[in-house]
Amino acid sequence: MNLLDAVLLLPLAGFLALLFVPKTASRMGALVISLGIFVVSLALIGNHSLSTNAPWIDYPPIRYHVSIDGLSLWLVLLTTLLTPIAVAVSWKYIDHRQKEFYAFLILLEFGLIGVFVSMDLFLFYVFWEICLVPMYFLIGIWGHDRRIYAAVKFFLYTMAGSVLMLAAIIYLYNQSGTFDYSEILSQIQTGRLALSPRTELLLFLAFFGSFAIKVPLFPLHTWLPDAHVEAPTAGSVMLASVMLKMGTYGLVRFCLPLFPNAAHRCAWWISALAITGIIYGALVAMVQPNMKKLVAYSSVSHLGFVVLGIFSFTQQGLDGAVYQMLNHGVSTGALFMLVGYLYERRHSLEISAYGGVATPAPNLATVFLITTLASIGLPTLNNFIGEFLVLQGAAYVSMTWVAFAAIGVILSACYMLWMYQRTFYGKASEGVAHHMHDLTGREWAAILPLIALMVWMGTYTQTFLPAISEQNARILENTQKLKIERVQLQTPEVARGQ
Amino acid sequence: MDSSLFPTSAEYFRILPEMILTVVATLIMFLEAILKDWQKRVFAPIALAGLTAALVAAIAANGSQGTAFHDMLVIDGFATFFRVLVIAVGMLAVFASTEYLKREAHPGGEFYALVLFCVTGQCVMATANELIMIFIGLEISSIASYILAGYLRDDARNNEAALKYFLLGSFATAFLLFGVAWIYGYTGSTNLMEIRRQLETPGGPSVLITGTAAALMFVGFAFKISAAPFQVWAPDVYQGAPAPVSGFLSVGPKAAAFAILLRTYLTAFAPISRQWVPVLWICALATMIVGNFAAIQQSNIKRLLAYSSIAHAGYVLVAVTANSEIGSAAAMFYLAAYAFTNFGAFAVVTHVARKGERYTKVEDFAGLAQKQPAMAAMLTIFLLSLIGVPLTGGFFGKFYIFKAALDSHLVWLTVLGLLNSAVAAYYYLRILVVMYMKDPEPSEALPPAGPALQIAVYGSAIATLVLGIFPSFVLDFASKAALK
Repeated sequence: MNLLDAVLLLPLAGFLALLFVPKTASRMGALVISLGIFVVSLALIGNHSLSTNAPWIDYPPIRYHVSIDGLSLWLVLLTTLLTPIAVAVSWKYIDHRQKEFYAFLILLEFGLIGVFVSMDLFLFYVFWEICLVPMYFLIGIWGHDRRIYAAVKFFLYTMAGSVLMLAAIIYLYNQSGTFDYSEILSQIQTGRLALSPRTELLLFLAFFGSFAIKVPLFPLHTWLPDAHVEAPTAGSVMLASVMLKMGTYGLVRFCLPLFPNAAHRCAWWISALAITGIIYGALVAMVQPNMKKLVAYSSVSHLGFVVLGIFSFTQQGLDGAVYQMLNHGVSTGALFMLVGYLYERRHSLEISAYGGVATPAPNLATVFLITTLASIGLPTLNNFIGEFLVLQGAAYVSMTWVAFAAIGVILSACYMLWMYQRTFYGKASEGVAHHMHDLTGREWAAILPLIALMVWMGTYTQTFLPAISEQNARILENTQKLKIERVQLQTPEVARGQ
Repeated sequence: MDSSLFPTSAEYFRILPEMILTVVATLIMFLEAILKDWQKRVFAPIALAGLTAALVAAIAANGSQGTAFHDMLVIDGFATFFRVLVIAVGMLAVFASTEYLKREAHPGGEFYALVLFCVTGQCVMATANELIMIFIGLEISSIASYILAGYLRDDARNNEAALKYFLLGSFATAFLLFGVAWIYGYTGSTNLMEIRRQLETPGGPSVLITGTAAALMFVGFAFKISAAPFQVWAPDVYQGAPAPVSGFLSVGPKAAAFAILLRTYLTAFAPISRQWVPVLWICALATMIVGNFAAIQQSNIKRLLAYSSIAHAGYVLVAVTANSEIGSAAAMFYLAAYAFTNFGAFAVVTHVARKGERYTKVEDFAGLAQKQPAMAAMLTIFLLSLIGVPLTGGFFGKFYIFKAALDSHLVWLTVLGLLNSAVAAYYYLRILVVMYMKDPEPSEALPPAGPALQIAVYGSAIATLVLGIFPSFVLDFASKAALK
């Protein structure tokens, strides 16, 4: 039992504890638990080479193998940071069946952390599925009008993708005799597990399909706007900030190193889809009358950058992609929170219901502006670094891609600023003036950490990037090395043939 | 020959569970005639005591494995696994039924006697080593279950269920018997091992004839496991029968029928597997598809669970199709996980249906999470297990089955089966939706569940979770006991 186990298992304990806490104390309990977990998880920063490897099921040999590295460290911290924030934004918003709500929220945290630290494919799948259940309930019970449709759609989409991944995991096990990620990886590296190109491609596609739905990559994104619009604020925040990263994390962690040849073979059309998503998401976002939908489509656009960076197979591209995962988690999470703040005051998500909000609520307007600018990618704020690195990485591969992707950056300025203008400027209507009040202390407390992070991540990347780069270099090495080795292996045969 | 004319005491010991069950069931029938009405409360405890004794005897008999009565029965790990399983299901059925019978004003000893007889038949099926014993076990179990399905004799739905079950069941059994006759005619034996030896000998009975016989027998088995295209009875029977009986019928007899299917096809008919594997392949896929796609349409929860149980029979058939030791172990594990899960779901339905079973629509579960959160949570566990979400028995069951299928290179069946399980998620989610996301409609008050029913529900839920979190114990046993 080390620190990592504690961070992983504390949410589970918290979830069980919450079931027995009296109803009125549940939100305070959830806040204390999630803050406690966050504090504990901060200690991970110092020592990120922890791991535990214990048997769980004897046959087939499934192990409780968890570990943390530069890639998962920040995603775990993002999860533990956003959970107490999600509790804080739900404080007043969730007024019925509170206990269940907070219990599901903490259970979700458990699943998410588990996904990021599992080093056993089977364990990974277990956590992957566990995440589904609490999110399904969060959307379905506490969402808006079309919540049931959105919840079921969310569940079925993800389920359909993940069953194929399960088939691929079982197949890998049958070939290699283990579920352990590092063991399978070393078998592939040393050539003990040699997959035929066709098999490798099919396995890659099974994993990729499951991750692509989660990212979501165009054209598999249609569940996302529904889920986001219907979810309660906390649900949207967790969904956008952390859950979507499960997909991109899976791509980096599993798809690239395990199936490097297939990944290289498919890179061109995946990148094309990513760029399509960047532009399509931005264009659709521009015409949305609904704020949440606008932010949701902007997510499709932003995550296109992440996928583009991953499949550039360059150090910069990959670093940028991982950094952009965190950036998107911080800034889009903040956007959803702020939209939630507006909704709590005016009970509408339509942009047209607002206008002139800056007059009665200047602080809210300022915070919203900073977040908007961060989302657009203004230098000195976080998204700029990520997008820049991704574009730099993609430039090594193709300038045409960069040109198209850059259009997405421009478009993001259009839709975000336009929404900002329509919402906050102009003359305040009577309804707005009547309902709007400025940020409360609780709201400040929830948003300030994210604003601080936007500035920090945008100006002092040294805190975050070295650990990410180090791990990415390893992943890239695995991805490239195999390519070279396979080529070398083939060469003598070819020579002999001649 | 003459020295073995009389069974040894070891042989009696091996069939002790069946003997205990028969004696206790007969005792209950006697007491039914003697006891006064107010004394009839003792039947459930007596039945439970009998089942517990049989359970202990079944576990003890595993220590002295071997055949009995001239190889007619065989007690091995496989038989023990299924005996323990069906006896446990019988105990759950007793727990779930006592309050139900009181509620429907039909308390009576014969119900428990019938459950015990039914379990006896299933135990015989689990241990049968030759075709006649298979037939006898099947009939003991079936006849008891026909009556159970129509137990509330004043209820028209019960009568319909029993009649349909009986007519179609007898018809299917006739096919089975016809197949048995063919096999006997061509091999001169009813012993499974002997049949296998005959089929393995070069120049033995023609594959065409034995294959046809195997197919005829499969009709009988497929009916009992409700595999497509012999599944049409299941929805009507499960919907019409008393809810706890439906739960019992959907797991106990099914598990036992799979036991004989596995034993016959993996031992006696192993030499002709090239003939029957493709048939089972198609049958498994058809069963999954029919079950899942029909379940999507249902508005009655008993009917929905009936179709879902058809689909689950399809998953187990995938394991049988794998035709391997791993497949056999996977089927055993799945049947155990499925038994507790599905019975638990029916137990909750029993509770929510209220007197006269007037509330069996899916909408009648609206707001259950607010009215009785504990019951809703338990049903959630069962439904998640039926979907196959990790940390429930249903997930590991599916996992082992599809692992076995991939081991046997059934890639397409695996992919289609997994996609089927994604489709299935849809209709299970519908129940979760109404339970958690709809507000309760004003309707008749739902009294809290009685203690016996609670034991049945919580017991099933605990078993489902234990099989999902610590599956090693059961799986190890199944792997060692699997048919080779």
